Amino acid sequence: MNFLAGTWLGDWLTGLGRITLLSREAIASVLTFKFSRRDVLYQVYFIGIKSQSVVIVTGAFTGMVLAAQTYFQFHKVKMDTATLAVVSVSMCSELGPVLTALMVAGRVGAAIAAEIGTMRVTEQIDALRTLATHPVDYLVVPRLIAANIALPLLTVESMSVGIAASYFVGVYLLGIEPTYAWWNMLKYSHDSDVMIGMVKSVVYGGIIALIGCYKGLSCSVGAEGVGRATTEAVVYSSITILICNFFLTMVLEQLCVILGI
Amino acid sequence: MIEVRDLKKSFGTQLILDDVSFRIEGGESVAIIGRSGGGKSVLLKHIIGLLQPDSGAVLIDGENIVAMNERQLLRVRRKFGMVFQGAALFDSMTVAENVAFGLRRHEHLTEAEITKRVAATLDMVDLPGTENKNPAELSGGMRKRVGLARAIIYEPQIVLYDEPTTGLDPIVSDSIDKLIIRVRDHLKVTSIVVTHDMRSARRVGNHVLMLHERKIHANCTPEALFASQDPVVRQFVDGVADP
Repeated sequence: MNFLAGTWLGDWLTGLGRITLLSREAIASVLTFKFSRRDVLYQVYFIGIKSQSVVIVTGAFTGMVLAAQTYFQFHKVKMDTATLAVVSVSMCSELGPVLTALMVAGRVGAAIAAEIGTMRVTEQIDALRTLATHPVDYLVVPRLIAANIALPLLTVESMSVGIAASYFVGVYLLGIEPTYAWWNMLKYSHDSDVMIGMVKSVVYGGIIALIGCYKGLSCSVGAEGVGRATTEAVVYSSITILICNFFLTMVLEQLCVILGI
Repeated sequence: MIEVRDLKKSFGTQLILDDVSFRIEGGESVAIIGRSGGGKSVLLKHIIGLLQPDSGAVLIDGENIVAMNERQLLRVRRKFGMVFQGAALFDSMTVAENVAFGLRRHEHLTEAEITKRVAATLDMVDLPGTENKNPAELSGGMRKRVGLARAIIYEPQIVLYDEPTTGLDPIVSDSIDKLIIRVRDHLKVTSIVVTHDMRSARRVGNHVLMLHERKIHANCTPEALFASQDPVVRQFVDGVADP
C-alpha cells in the first residue's frame, strides 16, 4: 500500500482506518461501562436541549415550504388533500432525520471538534492520559452515547413540528379541506416511515459524534489546525450523512418490505 | 525504579533521541538538562508512555511499558503525576475540579473527603482558598502550582516536571523550586525535572542527566557537573553561545 502514501486516496483510507479503530475502542468502552453517567447527561443537555431552537425552526419551515410546494403542484391535478400525506412521509423518513442531522452536525460537530482540538493543542489530552484516564472513555464515549440519545428525540421533534406547520399552512393559508387531508395523511403514513427515520437518526448521531471527536483528536498543532479540524468535522459529517442517507433508504425500505412492517 | 534502555526516537527524518540509556532509583531526584529542542520533553513523555519510541525499552518497576497498549498503560500511569510546561489545566473546570480529577476518576471517596483532600493539597502548594477560581483567572506561577496539586493529590510514586520554571520570573521560579523540593521530601517521591535553568537543576536534582546531540552526554551529581571541564558541559553551564 506504500504506493498510496501521500495521495488523497491513501489519506482517505488512513482516515477511514483510524476512525474505524476509534469506533471499535468507543464501542468496547461503552460495553464495559468505562464512562461517567454525569458526563453523558451533560452531553445530552448540550447536544439535545441546546440544539432545539435550530431544529424546531428548520423542521417548521421545511414542513411549511414542502406543504406549499406540494399543494401548488397537486392543485393542478385536483389532489389537494394528498398534500399532508406527502409532507408526513417525507418529514418522517427523509427530511426530518437528514435536516436535523445536518443542523446538529453544523452546531454540535463543529463544537466537539473545536473543544477536543483545543484540548489536544494545549496538552489537556496528554494531561488526561497522565491522570490514567483514556481519552476515548472521557471524551468520545459520552458524546457518542449522548448523540445517539439526542438525535432521535430531536428528529421526532422536527417531524412533529414540520407536520404541524404544514397542517397550518395547508389548512389555514391554502384552504385544503382539513378532514380529508388528515385522513389521507394517516392512511399513507406508516409505522415503517417513522421507524426508518429513527434508525437513520441513530446512525447520524453516531456519525456526527465520531467524526467530530476524530477530527478533534487528530487535529494538527496550532490555531490553524483547530480551525481546519472544525471545518472538516462539519463538511465530512454532512457529506457522510447525505451519502449514508441514500444507502439507508434503499436498505431500510427493502428490509421493511421483507419484514412486512 | 525507572530504566531507559537504548531508546531511539525520530519524527519523520529527524532523529531526536539516539540510544539513550539511564537508570533512576526510587526516591531519587533527577534533573534532565540540555539545549532547547534537544529532546528533553520527548524523553520525559517516553517515561510516562505518552510517546512510543522507534526502538528501545522503558522499564517502570521492571515492566516494559513500550510493549503495552493504551489501556494497559493506564494502570502504570497511576504511579505517575506529571506537571506540564503550560500546566495543561482543564479550562472548562474550576481549580478544585482540576485538582480533584484523579480522585474522582479512580478513588471511591465521598464528596466531603474529596473537598478535604483538595483543600489540603492546595494548601501544600500555597494556594489556599482558590478552589472556585477558573484557570483563566490564574497567573502562570499559580497555574503551575495547580498543575502540581493535580499531579500529587493521589500521592503518586513518581512526579515528572516538564520545564516547571520556564516563563516565570526568578522569584516565582524560586518558589516553584522550593515547592518541588517540599513535595519530594514530604511525599518521598521520585522526581524527574526537565529544565534548562541551571540554578533550578542544581537545587532540585541530586543527580543530573545532560542530553546533548541526541545522547546522554553527562550523568553525574550537580556538583560534578558544575566542576566539569568538558567543553560541552562548560558551555552549557556558563551559558555561552556558539562563536
